[in-house]
Amino acid sequence: MTSPTPPDQPGAALPAPGKRIPPSAFLAKPSRRYRGLWALLGVIAFLVVWEAVPRLGLVRPVLLPPPSAIPQAFAAEVRSGAWTAAILQSLGHYLWGLVIGSVGGIAAGVLTGMSRRLEDFTSWVVRLLRPIPGLAWVPFAIIWFGVTPTAAIFIIVLGVFWINYFAALGAVQAVDRDLLELADAFGHRSTPAKLVKIVLPAASGAILAGLRTGLGQAWMSVVAAELFGVPGLGQRMMQASSLLATDIVIVYMATMALFYGLVDMGFVALRDRMMRWKA
Amino acid sequence: MAQTAPMIEIRDLSLAFPNPASPDGRTLVLRDFNLSVAAGEFIAIVGASGVGKSTLLRVVAGLVPPNSGTVAHARNGASKGRRPYGLVFQDARLLPWRTVRANVAFGLEGLGLPGAERRRRAEEALALVGLADKAGRWPHQLSGGQRQRVAIARALAVDPDLLMMDEPFGALDAITRQTLQDELLDLWRRTSKTILFVTHDIDEAVYLADRVILLAGSPATVRSEDRIGTARPRARDDNAARALATRIRDRLSDLMDGGGI
Repeated sequence: MTSPTPPDQPGAALPAPGKRIPPSAFLAKPSRRYRGLWALLGVIAFLVVWEAVPRLGLVRPVLLPPPSAIPQAFAAEVRSGAWTAAILQSLGHYLWGLVIGSVGGIAAGVLTGMSRRLEDFTSWVVRLLRPIPGLAWVPFAIIWFGVTPTAAIFIIVLGVFWINYFAALGAVQAVDRDLLELADAFGHRSTPAKLVKIVLPAASGAILAGLRTGLGQAWMSVVAAELFGVPGLGQRMMQASSLLATDIVIVYMATMALFYGLVDMGFVALRDRMMRWKA
Repeated sequence: MAQTAPMIEIRDLSLAFPNPASPDGRTLVLRDFNLSVAAGEFIAIVGASGVGKSTLLRVVAGLVPPNSGTVAHARNGASKGRRPYGLVFQDARLLPWRTVRANVAFGLEGLGLPGAERRRRAEEALALVGLADKAGRWPHQLSGGQRQRVAIARALAVDPDLLMMDEPFGALDAITRQTLQDELLDLWRRTSKTILFVTHDIDEAVYLADRVILLAGSPATVRSEDRIGTARPRARDDNAARALATRIRDRLSDLMDGGGI
């Protein structure tokens, strides 16, 4: 005779095969709709406080222009053509710096991670160079390249390089030895075969995390690199601030935030596609 | 037994691990191991953990060089599109970034086979283990037993002369283990592969194999070798098999009591 399992029997607590066990209360997520609502409320509260501070006379508007003044400043900046020019210049620096720094950093990190000898060989040089911030290279950047886009790109490359280098190095060194043994057992014994079939895919998660950090770091470096006079967003901000045109400074701050947000969103979408094998 | 040339001939094999603490800088784990495996034979090697069984398989697979001795392998005909060995580990060791199909095709890459052929052979091997419908899944979507079946399919896909299995069911629950044991016997019958099966489960060895080789001691040597004549399919509660399993267990505990280990 078969009857449904009464709920007080242990068997009843087991989830149906193929079903995921529901997460514990600690991990339970509030519904998506409410999370979005709270995020929106946070933004509104932020804007309200910001608007109130200069309007209530707590701070002079020239020191902190209210958000309501920004769209107008933005429109003027776009009309004059300054915005588009600055953005295109900065994006050029950003992309070149990012590509060169990331590719170089990942390549160097992967190679070093695969060779103990190379790691030993470079360890002290790395230790010496790593703590020097990108900005400390500005004097050399100007001496070597002048106040040119190349100098700005150089600064950005340095900032991005180390992040990607260490992410890739750590990721490669953390690759499961058992998987390398698996490659040996199934005939993939050469270093290039192991690199392509095991090391790079296994390290891809951490390498992508490094790349993403680099995406943000590169924006910071863009501003820093342009503050010393290379045309672009940072230079335009310096000009505006010397004229006390703080609303224009905020226009560019918001622009950067927007571009960073877009780049990061695009990157996350790409990463999630690449990492769809993850549980 | 037909007197054909053996599939695998292992002669006077000794294995040592580097050990700076010992006078000669190494520890001998396996000594004077001899084994001749006929084509189509199912051999189980049993012994306690750490006795060097897994290392033995790695030596036969050429992953670890022996300290002395030889492993001779009779290649069966042309080896185009094939590999001499298929290896199954205790953990399924699937590559999480590959689909089930691509995992099974792993060993087929680098053999000069066109992509369509690799795909066909991978799917054929998956069908052998009853997972044809899971080809497009990711490993994390499978159960433990399914993952181990994929690992077996991966080893079979390269059409090896010798299938080597390193405690392949050791990490599975008892019910799944029994199912997979029976499936393995079925696969063995259908593919007529030669199997070298390492386990610490004496009952499993006696149920599956034609010959059970007991390794014990330090360094380990072959302590006994039993041929099991019982025809298949065998009953799990077969009296002769149980008696043999008990004898092997007794030998092992005698060795342990006698300080042989």
